[in-house]
Amino acid sequence: MVRIAVASGKGGTGKTLVATNLAAVAKNAMLVDLDVEEPNCHLFFTVSGESSEVVYRKVPAIDKDKCTLCGNCAKVCEFGAIVSLPRNIMIFDELCHGCGACSRFCPEDAVEERDHAMGEIIQANAEGLRGLVYGRLRIGEAAASTLIRRVKKRIPSDGLSVIDCPPGTACPAVESVRGSDICVLVTEPTPFGFHDLKLALAVTKKLRVPRVVLLNKVGLPGPDVEAFCDSNDIPIVGRIGHERTIAETYSEGRLLCSSDGHARLFRSVLSRILEEAGRP
Amino acid sequence: MKEIVVLSGKGGTGKTVLLASFASLARNAVIADCDVDAPNLHLVLAPEVKESGRFSSQKVAVIDGRNCNSCMECVSACRFDALTTIGNGSLKKVAVDTDACEGCGVCMRVCPSKAIRLAEQDNGEWFVSRTRFGPMVHALLAPGGENSGKLVALVRQKAKVIANQSGAEMVLVDGPPGLSCPAISAAAGADLLVLVAEPTASGLSDFRRIADLCAHMKAKSALVVNRWDINPRVTEEIERAASMRGIPRFGRVPYDERVPLSMAAARTVTEEDGCPANVAIVNIWEKVTSYKYM
Repeated sequence: MVRIAVASGKGGTGKTLVATNLAAVAKNAMLVDLDVEEPNCHLFFTVSGESSEVVYRKVPAIDKDKCTLCGNCAKVCEFGAIVSLPRNIMIFDELCHGCGACSRFCPEDAVEERDHAMGEIIQANAEGLRGLVYGRLRIGEAAASTLIRRVKKRIPSDGLSVIDCPPGTACPAVESVRGSDICVLVTEPTPFGFHDLKLALAVTKKLRVPRVVLLNKVGLPGPDVEAFCDSNDIPIVGRIGHERTIAETYSEGRLLCSSDGHARLFRSVLSRILEEAGRP
Repeated sequence: MKEIVVLSGKGGTGKTVLLASFASLARNAVIADCDVDAPNLHLVLAPEVKESGRFSSQKVAVIDGRNCNSCMECVSACRFDALTTIGNGSLKKVAVDTDACEGCGVCMRVCPSKAIRLAEQDNGEWFVSRTRFGPMVHALLAPGGENSGKLVALVRQKAKVIANQSGAEMVLVDGPPGLSCPAISAAAGADLLVLVAEPTASGLSDFRRIADLCAHMKAKSALVVNRWDINPRVTEEIERAASMRGIPRFGRVPYDERVPLSMAAARTVTEEDGCPANVAIVNIWEKVTSYKYM
């Protein structure tokens, strides 16, 4: 089993471009889209047989007949999701982390937990892949990581899985990369891309996940990312040029690897990644 | 005082390019970078830091091994799988996975030997700086930090205080990508959200979702399509999606090779004479300033 996480730090550097094309050239790979806020991998494939599962999180509900307004539930809530008023207990679902402290420590057993839909997991057959699975966070929900953890449970325990991660370096990105065998950091050689690559490297270091760099939009003006990678012993697994035609192909929702040249490029990138993942 | 936030849903659509230009065009504004986990605005505006402080809102469980008798009450109570056991038999100990711990304190409260406490964890840093376009508030979240929404709120709050003290007319906010806690925190209560979209299959899908978030939050928003000529057909589709939701169009910015050149030189696009993107952004800025704020 090999899990390849595709991440970046900066948004828009080409994570989805790389994840979709790598999965497509791999033959029989599972493509996992953990960018649950803005999932896009499915747009690049002909999908069929979709099934979806609604994901719930627990939020408290007060049984008013039992509640004595003692306020203990508000006191034990570390997230400020419960406010105890003289005649009422107010609950803010969006602040609740679902830890269960309120119900566990209610002396009157007056706090029940009800299901609150936070998003869904969609699994489908996709042409050229073993399968596609992705999460879609419900609009207005704050906690992406909770849904990401649930989608990760669908990653098969055998074969190759390619994981498209959300941008940034905060908890959703970290949760997505955690547990991978190797992380491909897609970067562009601009000052923004370089700056955020260094932040993303702090994440892979913290998680102790081996990392490689894929340079996208080569030719854009900016710092010498290659020299930086060389001097820090970070393998560069491939380079994609800054070409308007690539942006145009991507914009139509088409895979780059439908052309022979790009298919060769992504096959070579994939074998370099697998080689690096296999190093002790 | 009006607060204007540039948001996008999708990353890399040009939020920072646009906001940096707005900062250069505004006469009397306070600038805020609310992309706290991958901030970039400082790379263009070259702020000189005047004041800074630590941000520590995240709490984590800490176990005092001397009092722990390995009863495992905490392990079964934790809903985040943040407590694990190490070792076997009499050497069995409980350890905290600080990445998984959400700081809910349930373990602390169930522990019969009072061996667990919650400790604040350093989670980032904030800065108040001076730039060539006015004061700027920015921050950097620790790698893998939680509560980025709280740090976003702190940056916005500090910017508003400076604006009120200095009599600034505007707070200009560079927002984070995505739709979850930091984006919601950046958007809540703002006077106008400028949504930057790119004309790609992904960009269209992401625009629909951020526009739905705006509707959900009852926020006023406007659309800018960046690099619109990469795909004119999808640009029109995005603009139709905006019109259907009652979101006004503020303009289109063309694909322009001088934009990355200006960023590499740490200049705003508006500091590049006469390039097509500059002209488009100046027109968009006029829409922002003449917008009928509620």
